[in-house]
Amino acid sequence: MGVVRRRSGSFVLKVNPILCDGFGHCHELAPELVDVDEWGYPIVATEPVALSNSGVLQSARYAVRGCPRQALSIERSNDAEKPQ
Amino acid sequence: MISSGSLPRVLHGSEGRPLSLAQHEEVFIAGTPFNVMHELEHSGLTGRGGAAFPTFRKVDLLRLQRGHNKSVVVNVMEGEPAAHKEFALAGANPHLILEGAQVLAGLIGAKRILVCVARDNPTVVNHLSRAIHELERRSLRGAKIELHTPPWRYVAGEESALVHWLNDNESLPQYRPERPSILRVGHSPVLVDNAETCANVALIARFGAEWFRKLGTEKSPGSTLVSLTGAVERSTVLEVSLGTPIRDILAAGHADMAPQALLLGGFGGTWLHGQHIDTPYANEHLGAHGANVGAGVMAVLPREACGVYETLRIVRWMANESARQCGPCAFGLPALAEDLTSITHSSKDPKAAYERLQSRCDSIEGRGACRHPDGVIQLVRSALIVFADDIAQHIVGRPCTGTQRPKHTITIPSLEHEDELIWE
Repeated sequence: MGVVRRRSGSFVLKVNPILCDGFGHCHELAPELVDVDEWGYPIVATEPVALSNSGVLQSARYAVRGCPRQALSIERSNDAEKPQ
Repeated sequence: MISSGSLPRVLHGSEGRPLSLAQHEEVFIAGTPFNVMHELEHSGLTGRGGAAFPTFRKVDLLRLQRGHNKSVVVNVMEGEPAAHKEFALAGANPHLILEGAQVLAGLIGAKRILVCVARDNPTVVNHLSRAIHELERRSLRGAKIELHTPPWRYVAGEESALVHWLNDNESLPQYRPERPSILRVGHSPVLVDNAETCANVALIARFGAEWFRKLGTEKSPGSTLVSLTGAVERSTVLEVSLGTPIRDILAAGHADMAPQALLLGGFGGTWLHGQHIDTPYANEHLGAHGANVGAGVMAVLPREACGVYETLRIVRWMANESARQCGPCAFGLPALAEDLTSITHSSKDPKAAYERLQSRCDSIEGRGACRHPDGVIQLVRSALIVFADDIAQHIVGRPCTGTQRPKHTITIPSLEHEDELIWE
């Protein structure tokens, strides 16, 4: 069971605002996806990022693993793989 | 469909192997002259709780869910402090609500009907418990009806908060990333509908879609309840046909006919400028002015009142009613109230506060688990547009008589301390 790498499709980083306590680790780990508001809570980019953009995907993974409240998740959508 | 003059009637379709349920429905239900599901679809009924989601689609989604113990939740919480429609509805005919709930239970195959009334509203609790007892004395068919009394909070009427409370938790809204999401009590799916929607479903099931569509507009058929408050002779609940010009509604309620603005939809609704009172009261017409019907509140703001100050009072109360679960709502809404306070006080640099308010609105929007912060932002944004002249005067530092009035237009419940808020 190796890692299946998908070339097509996209992902969005999602935050559960109820769990989030504003530690700010996600902003440190994925600054390209997560901005921080004036109270320290994350503003996560809502537009999907292509899965082929492996650098961003990797930092999103770091953010998910680094969240002390486990409030982050990566939501994949394979719109590109759908048959036309 | 079976034709009337031919045989077989009872033995229809029993060749080879028995009909499956889907085939049976196709033959015996889809073709029948009066099918409630079909009527519900063609009635175009939308939810009256504020979101105006088509009821048929919701019922259809729940109908296809598996579950042995599905239930229908009737939301009689009346979260909006300015609304009295459920009070009026339960006072007029609680059986209509229960009948609609029974129809919905039949459609989705629910075993239980959970009627949720805020315990702070004892009159409505009495009306509904009496009605339920009456029904039980007549050997009750179908779903079992239970009365539940959650605490009254603004966000406790939100459907996920209600279902969370029914699951023996606090009445707090929940994070639901996937849409459409299916709420569950225990493991079984539930259909949550507003009391007014249930009453309309009962009417549709009795009289049909065509009867229902005789009132209202093409896109939003039927009638709706309007809670008229503010600068009126007496706060009333009116039932109006959707698409009635707002001027007629105001005249029927003996309201101020030259208002400065109207608060539509509720505390998480929008302001409508007084010059637009000839707009028909329906979502497709109000949408042009950025407003919507929402939960049916219509609060009239007279000319002598200060719209910015009334907005501030609402936002302050809404900030206090936040469940304080999500950071953007717990910290953002008090910050919005603070900015509005700075705008109304010339000593607190109103110009900077105005710009800060706009940027904060943009940063908070859509970041809560429920729509509570979004509603407040909708209200603030519409206030910034409708009361733009007032705000300009406030920023310049002119004195405002509206803030000094001894009695304010919109009645807001008293602020409770954070420790006093009851969630379960």
